[in-house]
Amino acid sequence: MSDVLEPFRDPGRLRGLTHRLCNLTPSKPIAFMHVCGTHENAIGRFGIRSLVPRWLRVIAGPGCPVCVCPPAEIDAAARLSLDHGVILATFGDMVRVPGRISLAEARARGADVRVVRGVHDAVRLAERHPDRQVVMFAVGFETTACTTAAAVAARPPDNFTLLLAHRLIPPALHALMELPDLRLDGFLLPGHATTVTGTADYEAFAAATNLPAAVAGFEPVDILLGLERLATLAVHGRVEVTNAYARAVRPAGNPRAIGITDKVFEPTDAPWRGLGVIPGSGLSLREPYRQLDALDRFGVTLDPDLPESFPGCECGRVMVGLVEPEDCPLFDNACTPSSPRGGCMVSLEGTCHSRFVYREVRND
Amino acid sequence: MTDNVITLGHGSGGLLTHELVRDLFVRAFSNPLLDPLDDGAILPSPGGPLALTTDAFVVSPLEFLGGDIGSLAINGTVNDLAVSGARPQHIALAAILEEGLDRALLERVVLSAAEAARGAGVLVVTGDTKVVERGKGDGVYLTTTGVGAMRPGFPRSDRGPGPGDVVLVSGPVGDHGAVILAARSGVELQTTLASDCGPVTDLVEALFEADAVPLFLRDPTRGGLATLLCDLAEAGGCEVAVSEADLPLRTETSAICDIVGVDPLHLACEGCVVAVVEADRANQALDAWRVLESGAGAQAIGELRSAGRGRVVLHTRYGGARTLLRPTAELLPRIC
Repeated sequence: MSDVLEPFRDPGRLRGLTHRLCNLTPSKPIAFMHVCGTHENAIGRFGIRSLVPRWLRVIAGPGCPVCVCPPAEIDAAARLSLDHGVILATFGDMVRVPGRISLAEARARGADVRVVRGVHDAVRLAERHPDRQVVMFAVGFETTACTTAAAVAARPPDNFTLLLAHRLIPPALHALMELPDLRLDGFLLPGHATTVTGTADYEAFAAATNLPAAVAGFEPVDILLGLERLATLAVHGRVEVTNAYARAVRPAGNPRAIGITDKVFEPTDAPWRGLGVIPGSGLSLREPYRQLDALDRFGVTLDPDLPESFPGCECGRVMVGLVEPEDCPLFDNACTPSSPRGGCMVSLEGTCHSRFVYREVRND
Repeated sequence: MTDNVITLGHGSGGLLTHELVRDLFVRAFSNPLLDPLDDGAILPSPGGPLALTTDAFVVSPLEFLGGDIGSLAINGTVNDLAVSGARPQHIALAAILEEGLDRALLERVVLSAAEAARGAGVLVVTGDTKVVERGKGDGVYLTTTGVGAMRPGFPRSDRGPGPGDVVLVSGPVGDHGAVILAARSGVELQTTLASDCGPVTDLVEALFEADAVPLFLRDPTRGGLATLLCDLAEAGGCEVAVSEADLPLRTETSAICDIVGVDPLHLACEGCVVAVVEADRANQALDAWRVLESGAGAQAIGELRSAGRGRVVLHTRYGGARTLLRPTAELLPRIC
């Protein structure tokens, strides 16, 4: 596997791209936003921000599926596990997100919370425990939603249900553009999600907002290539979507994944931490699959009045790129990965977590 | 039927306990200090300072590629003594067994521990076994206490690590942690990657013989290389500058970390040491390590600098730089 990746980690190619990027001469500082937690993690891990010219700011947007998930859904997951005796299957990132009660605290109080790698693990749990109810806490963007859809379409056992918290990226990008204080010159698009969705939605988005965009992968060369192409477009005032991750992303995406997602789910309005309710940005089960909805089965309702975050926590504004993690008064103070106050400090893909773990040292 | 599993009777102190101790533990570890089975072992005096260490082992799975909880317990204890500057000599071993434990598994673990003890040249001289009810243990827990005689001249009295000194690592990092992580995350390995679980006594001995007495010596176990380097930076009151390109890291370990989403520098090693030596001793130390099988992958990975006190800076292969921190919480598999 690493032999395959080696060209995309080649320091020589990276230096070449950095050189080309640094040779661009924009007339004013430029700000790009990426909307992918894996991008933020890779940018930190490979020290990319210390390589780009000072006129280029790379802002982290709402790209961490755990962080965008508002407290009402986490609270519902905790109540399902504590009050209804279900096996709650969840991705590891979600366990420690603080709320009225985190899933880690629920587990300590006796709830049966199991970390799974994907929905298929949760279905297997349901098969192995026919006498128990198993609820999969299904979070994630298009990349993860299609796997949930595939599990639903494959007719899971009757004791399996879903707490749905999937989110779609394009509606969030439109919502971001409504924020009065956010000034952007382009978007670095998430390679994972576009592998599924293709680029059509983003072509329309670029045209509507008059901003260029570049699809990028996750190795250092991929990210630098995306940034270099995007900067070239921005500097020359060209509005288009360029694909810097062509080895994985096709313009039409993955038709099977799109097909199964569309067959099982329909878009619904959904709340995002930091952005409020965004029309058509969530997914709900279509009629033939409604019996798989855990909220319905157990009569649990979401509590929309829960405070979005701990007092003083800037997660909401960090998430949409309005402030940097370091600007939050709690960062590295009351809020650290071992004692997180907000979701962004928990997940490996959270902006605050990445910034805390991978603090960059500028060479110049 | 009951012959094949551990029952509460094996912990009763009666006949079953006696047979288990005699037929398994004493037979495996037999030596003149243990065999009398007195309440305590009487050790000869080394005539100088002693190093004493204790450790508890709770690994899951109990058996893994390259080792098991038995070899891990012995080597972990031996290595703590070795990096303290001692020659490991005697170990006390207690086993807490869970009712229902497969007897054959226990035998494999005990025989593996005995083989590790022979390999490291230490004697298991006293011990204990207890059995807890089903559901109250995790198969086998082992605790150890080890003693060894300190080498003369260590720790060094002239000075500690400081600016200009070089950081050496004896071999690839993170292999043990990667094997455990892969097993726990359900990643099925189709490679030869195995835990590096083994004694580091030869590696330590080689440094002393090569007249490269370390200024700082530690094995990067729990918390991995990153934690060790943070400890070093704080102890030395200086900056530890590490070159990512020079870090010995197996492709397989790196790939597992990519899949699961953890930093290999946060993963435990169980047969590896990190030493800080004066710059003009670095080559002779590396040469001494590289002739050993356990030191074939030895590398100089960085140096101490007087700049940013107490921090570790990793210089990436791409010309970037970032600070390296201790892992902060349990390592959780990520979402995508």
